[in-house]
Amino acid sequence: MWELFNFYLIPGIVLGCIYALGALGISLTFGILRFSNFAHGEMMMLGAYFTFTIVGLTGWHPLAAALPAMVLCAIVALGLDRAFFKPFRQAPTIMLVIASFGLMLMIRSAVQFFWGVSPRPLMPGIQRPQAFLDGALLIAPKHIWIIGTTLLVMLAVHLLLTRTRTGKAMRAVSDSPELARLTGIDVEAVIRATWVVGAVTAVAAGVMLAMDTQVETLMGFKMLLPMFAAAILGGIGRPFGAVAGGLVIGVVEEMSAYPFIGTVPLLNPAYKSGIAFGIMVLMLIWRPSGLFKGRVF
Amino acid sequence: MDGYALYVVGLLTAGGIYAILALALNLQWGFTGLFNAGIAGFFAVGAYVSVILTAPESPTIIGGYGLPLVVGCGAAMIASGLVAWGIGRVCIRLRSDYLAIATIGIAEILRLVFKNESWATNGPRGIAGIPKAFEWVPYPWNQVAFLGMVLATVLVIYLALETAWRSPWGRVMTAIRDSEAAAKASGKDVERFRLESFILGAAIMGLGGAYFAQYLKYFGPETSDPTSVTFLVWVMLIMGGSGNNRGAVLGALLLWAIWSATELLTSMLPPDWAVRSAYLRIFLIGLVLQVVLQRYSKGILPETRPAVVGTSTRAGATTGNAT
Repeated sequence: MWELFNFYLIPGIVLGCIYALGALGISLTFGILRFSNFAHGEMMMLGAYFTFTIVGLTGWHPLAAALPAMVLCAIVALGLDRAFFKPFRQAPTIMLVIASFGLMLMIRSAVQFFWGVSPRPLMPGIQRPQAFLDGALLIAPKHIWIIGTTLLVMLAVHLLLTRTRTGKAMRAVSDSPELARLTGIDVEAVIRATWVVGAVTAVAAGVMLAMDTQVETLMGFKMLLPMFAAAILGGIGRPFGAVAGGLVIGVVEEMSAYPFIGTVPLLNPAYKSGIAFGIMVLMLIWRPSGLFKGRVF
Repeated sequence: MDGYALYVVGLLTAGGIYAILALALNLQWGFTGLFNAGIAGFFAVGAYVSVILTAPESPTIIGGYGLPLVVGCGAAMIASGLVAWGIGRVCIRLRSDYLAIATIGIAEILRLVFKNESWATNGPRGIAGIPKAFEWVPYPWNQVAFLGMVLATVLVIYLALETAWRSPWGRVMTAIRDSEAAAKASGKDVERFRLESFILGAAIMGLGGAYFAQYLKYFGPETSDPTSVTFLVWVMLIMGGSGNNRGAVLGALLLWAIWSATELLTSMLPPDWAVRSAYLRIFLIGLVLQVVLQRYSKGILPETRPAVVGTSTRAGATTGNAT
């Protein structure tokens, strides 16, 4: 019983938190810019590499080093928007998808060029899990950090969306860009804010994934499918639906490796990423608007 | 024949196979506006299916039926088409973004299957010693004969697609691409037409995979790496001119020439730099894509509308009156 909890459910929640933060950014970009940003995973990866370098230079905790990395990535995201997405504001959205597809490979190959391809650890050494409830419940300290940080980031995004002028403008543009423009909202400023929020949440997700595993150049691409699946499961354009979707997919992925029947894992762990795909396909058949009534385009 | 000429033959063969893939993508994207981001997946299905059917018996893979290569190619097309049918049934009615995600997904899952099911595909080590067409021809000429077969296939597919482009079927495709609502309003079964275009395109990609496995005489999970297959084919089509079959072929040959030439250049660098600059090449190809998208979105050979018989006579009549 505790084995299922300690080795499957908790890692599942941790993974789900990371997916949730990633899906949050994808869902926000989709809501406001109306396209699936394939380069989102690479922004996570870039943030993790910036953090890796900052940790190497300063010796800070990765979560502290993530803050300057977020600033750097926000600047990169704004620059990329100016150079590669802005020219297509009035064009069919599929042009944006192609541009982001190209950008995905450009960012990845740039990182591979500068940092090399060998995976590197972000947290040195192996951490002993912390015991609770007389040693029955075991949680690694980094997992506590990850869950805590996710809650913090989500609270911040929630407050931003509901309590600030920028957040309200973002929601207005997401509902109807034309109406928002007519009421005098500066849509370009909203788009810039979206890229900044997207970059910050992506870096948070990337750094936490790197803390849990390691820094590698394909980490962003591997996250792409679960993040999209989470965004679709929760309903595109519904940021907190994406969070719920991420948690569901993370937990199901980890639990699928538990030997529920006999002694072998229910599903070969090599096929974990197939789960996200399966959930996504089922949702597209059954209810493309997602669990929380998002948009279908 | 000297080594230099043989190198060119090899280059042209690979370029021809890429032209087949670019033509297939043109059918899906240029004609009908379907965003297929999983070319590598259909390519790999075709390759593995044809290899399993045509390879001699071997302990490392399943199958090994030693069937004729034609049967292998046909089965490759059917298998890829079936995969496309499955995805298409789910996603084709939704916006193109969903199809893009689903095709990326299926390509990735297929790669995992080919990598992990070692009993069937020899896993990450891949399959070597794949039978190739014209192997009975004496040495340098078998390569030339294979090139001939590839180029003939390109020609056949090109002519077929040109006919399709001019046919009512092709016109429905572009109508759907340009305005789904208008096509629906004139009574066209949009989903069925889209599905047809998607399945046909995927089948041709499967054929491309079967040829590529023969060309290399080897196929492994990394041969169908999404970067080199999916991405290159997309840049080829967009650079050459989507919606134009000649543009697809031209873009494929041109980009493949650039890609191979830069590979030749980087291989002359010191080893450490050669590895790194391989990534620089991908970066530059990505930049080419962005520049083409923004500045020359119609490509080198822009799409040309086939003349509609009724309209052209009327247009001719008006000009006649004016003069």
